[in-house]
Amino acid sequence: MATAEARVHTSPGPRGFWREVWSWVTTVDHKRIGIMYGATAIFFLLVGGLEAILLRTQLALPENEFLSADLYNQLFTMHGTTMVFLVGMPMAVAFFNYLVPLQIGARDVAFPRLNALSYWVFLLGAIFLNVSFFFGAAPNAGWTGYANLTAPQYSPGLNMDFWVLGLQILGIGSILGGVNFITTIVNMRAPGMTLMRMPIFTWMAFITSFIIITALPVLAVALFLLTFDRFYGTNFFVVAQGGDPILWQHLFWLFGHPEVYILILPGFGILSEIIPTFSRKPLFGYSVMVYSAALIGLLGWGVWSHHMFTVGIGPIGDAFFTISTMIIAIPTGVKIFNWLATMWGGSIRFTTAMLYGIATIFSFTMGGISGVMHATSPHNLQQHDTYFVVAHFHYVLFGGLILAIFGGFYYWWPKLTGKMLDERLGKWNFWLTFAGFHLTFFPMHFAGLLGMPRRVFTYFEDLNITGLNLLATAGAYLTAVGILLFLINVVKTARSGVRAPENPWGAFSLEWATTSPPEEVNFRTIPTVRTREPLWLEEEAVLAQARSESAAPIHMPPPSWWPLVLASSILLTFCLVLTNLWWPPVLGLALTFIVAINFALEPTH
Amino acid sequence: MIIGRRSVPRAAAWCAAAVAAVALSGCAEDAPQTTFRPVTDFGILINEIFVNTFWWTMAVLVVVQAVLLYIVVRFRARPGQPKPKPVHGDVRLEILWTLIPAVIVAFIAVPTVRGIFATQQAAPQDALVIDVIGHQWWWEFRYPDYGVVTANQFNLPAGRPVALRMRSADVIHSFWVPRLGGKRDVNPAPARIEGEEAVRYNWINFTAHEPGWFPGQCAEFCGLSHGVMRTMAVVQEPAEFEAWVEAMRTPVEPAPGTVEARGRELFTRSVCIACHTVQGTTAAGVLGPNLTRMGERWTIGAGALPLSRDNMAAWLRDPLAIKPGTLMPGAVREGGGMPATNMSDEDIDAIAAYLVSLRGEGVRLPAAPGQVPAGADAIPDPEPAAQPAAPGDDIL
Repeated sequence: MATAEARVHTSPGPRGFWREVWSWVTTVDHKRIGIMYGATAIFFLLVGGLEAILLRTQLALPENEFLSADLYNQLFTMHGTTMVFLVGMPMAVAFFNYLVPLQIGARDVAFPRLNALSYWVFLLGAIFLNVSFFFGAAPNAGWTGYANLTAPQYSPGLNMDFWVLGLQILGIGSILGGVNFITTIVNMRAPGMTLMRMPIFTWMAFITSFIIITALPVLAVALFLLTFDRFYGTNFFVVAQGGDPILWQHLFWLFGHPEVYILILPGFGILSEIIPTFSRKPLFGYSVMVYSAALIGLLGWGVWSHHMFTVGIGPIGDAFFTISTMIIAIPTGVKIFNWLATMWGGSIRFTTAMLYGIATIFSFTMGGISGVMHATSPHNLQQHDTYFVVAHFHYVLFGGLILAIFGGFYYWWPKLTGKMLDERLGKWNFWLTFAGFHLTFFPMHFAGLLGMPRRVFTYFEDLNITGLNLLATAGAYLTAVGILLFLINVVKTARSGVRAPENPWGAFSLEWATTSPPEEVNFRTIPTVRTREPLWLEEEAVLAQARSESAAPIHMPPPSWWPLVLASSILLTFCLVLTNLWWPPVLGLALTFIVAINFALEPTH
Repeated sequence: MIIGRRSVPRAAAWCAAAVAAVALSGCAEDAPQTTFRPVTDFGILINEIFVNTFWWTMAVLVVVQAVLLYIVVRFRARPGQPKPKPVHGDVRLEILWTLIPAVIVAFIAVPTVRGIFATQQAAPQDALVIDVIGHQWWWEFRYPDYGVVTANQFNLPAGRPVALRMRSADVIHSFWVPRLGGKRDVNPAPARIEGEEAVRYNWINFTAHEPGWFPGQCAEFCGLSHGVMRTMAVVQEPAEFEAWVEAMRTPVEPAPGTVEARGRELFTRSVCIACHTVQGTTAAGVLGPNLTRMGERWTIGAGALPLSRDNMAAWLRDPLAIKPGTLMPGAVREGGGMPATNMSDEDIDAIAAYLVSLRGEGVRLPAAPGQVPAGADAIPDPEPAAQPAAPGDDIL
């Protein structure tokens, strides 16, 4: 019987820098891919955050001339696009990648090379989008890219070319990832782990993946129509030729609202792991949490036109989407009540992770409440496209997702790196970020209801909203300081952190049964589970199995450079669209096909 | 490490104080684009619906946050505490906290849906129809019943139903004057089919209750200068409104020999008239804002600058420096595909003087939007012996 190290394909040898780089470039290990997703997402969080700081600096004072209108429009478009597609989604996928196989007791995802492909497609798409800045032509028509403003007539130049092609590239990576996680979760759970014994985070990954593979294709369709309008002279959204710009809004929001749940459900998943662990109580109403999330995922398909109450879809449509939107508040509320009930009667430890968890409930609830206010569609005519909406969706996405993700960092960082993050710095990081967040976005509710539309590069002193804007800008700076403290914490503890034990928090799910960080095979023997909280209810048996050498040799997939080659080929194909000719992208497609065949036929034994 | 037990309540108190301070600072000020003080039946109705939703949701928010706070204080870990009881759930509780929100939602949804239908009824027959046309980045207003066209600032009578019939000439805009009520998107109109009215309109129907100057602005991102696409609604007593209509049809004649007269001469002989109309002169361009009675408007360039002779001169000299993307060429810079006008400062000043003089006697503008100007009763100051201009189908 060989040792675990010898069975995997990491051959010993000189550990040169380039060798290390090469091992990351060719890796198919879900943990390494998860780390790359996370690192990339954190990088873009800083990029999107810097964009936000610039926007807030411009809006600190009325008629400020810090940014030109053109640059402001590029920055707010890229801030939204970055935060949704380059931070929110990949950050969730980073957690899925790292945690799902560990939580379900698998050695990797179902399709490890496809997983690597997803990452490289995402990375290259992200670079493609941001390269636009070096051309002075970053996308500038909003992250929603409403037709017909995106038509060549009204958006000449490369700006929206980068946007429409970049999002198409990113969508490919997301869909492949969704397929991968569904297959993994369905097929690769540890013995005894029935669906209703899965950790709740994995459930959220499962439901989110279903939404990803159904919603992203809708965006792909919309983007293809726009691509053909922009490059090949079709008229899908051209009014003068009988096209309809409103069609774009329906397609975009048919994707866009499920997208909101793609972003928020992973946050709910993280929260549902943190809250029980630090309350020392199992999750209250586990099955209700699963059903409510599934229901949210389903109902999320029937609410898209609540983004369009001002468009003029008529009273019947408005009434339908008003009611469906209000109904979706019910399962969301049920989740909040179950988190509260989990903490009720518990023994709550206020670690940084738990503080982020509690702050998420606090802040997300506020975002949910303003959501119901938006659903009051007659008055939505006042709220729509104002800073009231900006406040709302930042309470949902920053308050619901980003705060939960930071909680997730503090919670799983020890597992990931084998080092504890510093709790003292963590508290500073938390309180500054939390205070900064509320200081930034709470005043925006009032700015909006007092008449400030969103996406304006400036506002005028006579509107009497200067004080509110100044507060928001101050809050943005405070948030930035808070988030920088997290980076300092990461660097500091990487150098001199306390070593993390296997299960530093006394948590209950399977990822805590292996070493910190886990070996490449995850578990030497896959444990058999009989309960929902294996490390609380059957700790000895599970740990004994996870540590004992496996009876049979373990096959792990070998590294491969085909994922990067295939991703590059996909990128090349989309770059060739920029020629405005039909045949270069066709050649690119042919090349991609050949590379894909090689990718598929590569031996993995 | 466990955080000090006093920190959480202290932070909560800090947050509450900050929130209260923000709330007070927000509401205490007189914001002219506030949604809280509507002056139309439409605005008042949707505000009532909002107030209903507001209090229901606030009640939920307060209860949830209070419970959260209680839990955080009450159930914090204490040394030597036994492991808590592992409660996995409770079906009765789940049903309870599904039903209670469902009932609350019903209390919110019923008035909301009723409001949807109430606010989307067709305008009454006697409503004053005003065509609102969105352009990048200015507003055009046409009064088909009166043959009057104006831009960026528009007048309407109090006490009479008004129907804004809206479409866009280019991209999607959204017309929003918060104190008149909610916004509606201003969508590009599909091609006109021969002999058939195939234009798609969005409507805002309301009756305004009190006179005043109410600013608004475009609310749907519409490109480069979306942030400077403001408008001003001037609600007048019906008699004043009728007088304004009459004045709009009455040319303002500068006295011969004045700088204004020279300005008019320059204006009507130059490239200006390719895009601009001044009713009663030979200037009849339709691509840019109609400048009839420009001197009664609150701002230049749909909010870019307050109206004054100096500002108008600055605008004519280099509009692109003041409002990005403006299609008008300046004296020093080309624009909109037209070469720079190369006008001298003296000529510019004369044209500025002329445009600012296009106003009735004694017309005063408000010092700030939302205020009724001191001289509002005098608006407009119709000139005697008005010769009615042909209610022009030609300009529609």
